[in-house]
Amino acid sequence: MIRVIYRLAALSILVSLMAVGARAQTAPNSDGATEITVAGGEFQPISLAAPAFIAAEGEALRLSTMIRDVAMADLEGSGLFRVTPPEAYIEQITDFDAEPRYADWQAINVDALVTGRANIEPDGRILVQFRLFDSFASGQVEGLQFFSDPADWRRIGHKIADAIYAKLTGETGYFDSRIVFVQESGPKGQRVKRLAIMDQDGANTRFLTGGQELVLTPRFSPNDQEILYISYERGEPQIFLYNLATEQREILGNFPGMSFAPRFSPDGRQVVMSLSQEGNTDIWVMELATRKMRRLTSSPAIETAPSYSPDGSQIVFESDRGGGQQIYIMSAVGGAATRISFGQGRYGTPVWSPRGDLIAFTKSSGGQFQVGVMRTDGSDERVLDSTFLSEGPTWAPNGRVLAFFRESAGQNGAASLWSVDVTGFNLKKLAAAGAGSDPAWSPLLP
Amino acid sequence: MPMKFNILIAAGAALVLAACSEDAPEAAAPGGPVSSASNIDPSSIQYFQQTVGDRVFFETDSSRLTGVGQQTLQRQAQWLAENPGVNGVIEGHADERGTREYNLALGARRAEAARSYLISQGVAAGRLNTISYGKERPESLCSAESCWTQNRRGVTVIAGAPTS
Repeated sequence: MIRVIYRLAALSILVSLMAVGARAQTAPNSDGATEITVAGGEFQPISLAAPAFIAAEGEALRLSTMIRDVAMADLEGSGLFRVTPPEAYIEQITDFDAEPRYADWQAINVDALVTGRANIEPDGRILVQFRLFDSFASGQVEGLQFFSDPADWRRIGHKIADAIYAKLTGETGYFDSRIVFVQESGPKGQRVKRLAIMDQDGANTRFLTGGQELVLTPRFSPNDQEILYISYERGEPQIFLYNLATEQREILGNFPGMSFAPRFSPDGRQVVMSLSQEGNTDIWVMELATRKMRRLTSSPAIETAPSYSPDGSQIVFESDRGGGQQIYIMSAVGGAATRISFGQGRYGTPVWSPRGDLIAFTKSSGGQFQVGVMRTDGSDERVLDSTFLSEGPTWAPNGRVLAFFRESAGQNGAASLWSVDVTGFNLKKLAAAGAGSDPAWSPLLP
Repeated sequence: MPMKFNILIAAGAALVLAACSEDAPEAAAPGGPVSSASNIDPSSIQYFQQTVGDRVFFETDSSRLTGVGQQTLQRQAQWLAENPGVNGVIEGHADERGTREYNLALGARRAEAARSYLISQGVAAGRLNTISYGKERPESLCSAESCWTQNRRGVTVIAGAPTS
């Protein structure tokens, strides 16, 4: 039985800074002690220790153990952290409100220590508190507490991991987020595709459609509550809008011809998309409140895969107006476009980073497909994965990690979901319910 | 709709098997009216698929009709003129060597190229619809040019005619 995840959005997890510890300090990452720089293979992960949280026997202890494990799995999964096993610990943490013996943690080369405490409150909610100590700077650098329904314990783990990640890397976390994707089953010639959603760590996977009709390319709304996708249920491919709270879907406009390649604007008020009319594909934008459509491109070329800049002022898209599939940027109201991709091969599926600095893309050259990133002026192109088919990058909410899919060659070829750091580091297969394609990462959950 | 689709896939599979023995994919399409298929009702879907030829093939990343493709469409137009009670949906398909959304757009272009040609040959525009499947419905499953040539196709699917 898969829990209904949408209730989480309405959940109020109280977060408050705890003013405990005489020597509480600000983040140490500015002094270089724990600053993370990833360059090639030179990187050394930050060493963490996380003793068992202090909790009464029973439900509190059981949940707190799982919460700690989720948080540590997130951090280790990022590739930026390594968790020192408890067997190596010298000091045993028994008092959550006492300062740790920093020397004991320095002695085993632990850069940062995480301690925690959990209680089941009289109202049935769980209260989880944690502190983060910099063992070499000898001080607390973070302390937070979370209240929630015990059923949402995984999200507490993700939020703890996000807080630790933010404090020690100086960047926003991305663990309390999820990924919508297309789950694939059946043989290559008769693939069954279903929309599915999971937490970013692969937990809580559930299906949003039943597989009767072909569905493609889901994309999250900026508020995490709605998903745009393509369905063949009315014959020609059309854009549908799925509401995670109500579990209802509606067709977004009912145009003659095919509508596809939808994405929300950063304010969530508009949907940019492609319409094909008499075989010609152009980019249009729909104002959601009025469902009014405005045309942004009009050329006999294919214009598709539009994606907004984070400030909403520009759109990156692909076009074959120059003879082959390449990436262009235009104003969000249309008009002249500037080509930015000039490397060897064809370039498509551009997606603007949530930080605004990079464009992720799919490239095909030399018989391979590559997922990569480039600056918004097309410079500094960097290939992150190259296989028979690597396609469809999506950004984690912090703009530091990407997910994409691969499809293997041959008549038994299958799709799989992958993630990689923007530097090309930490390439790994994502846990998912079977084969998956077309991943789209959500924003950080509220 | 899904049920109809399954039937079409099954019908198409037989054609592909026949085509795989040929070097040139276009050779799979019959070169002209075949008199030996005398047992098949000439107004049937089977006749349209096997004798008239229900599909045209395209070069990589192209929606230009080949000479052989134009001949196939001329036979289709003639058959449609002789069978005025039926309509056609032209499916546009792409091979797996393109990105998903681009291939949807490319499939739409290919379907429209076939539709426009049929209209130029006298078929009423109202009888012809199009749908793009991009790379979603390959018929030949290997990851080699011999299969990709089979998958870059426009297939005219006839509705309302006898199935045998």
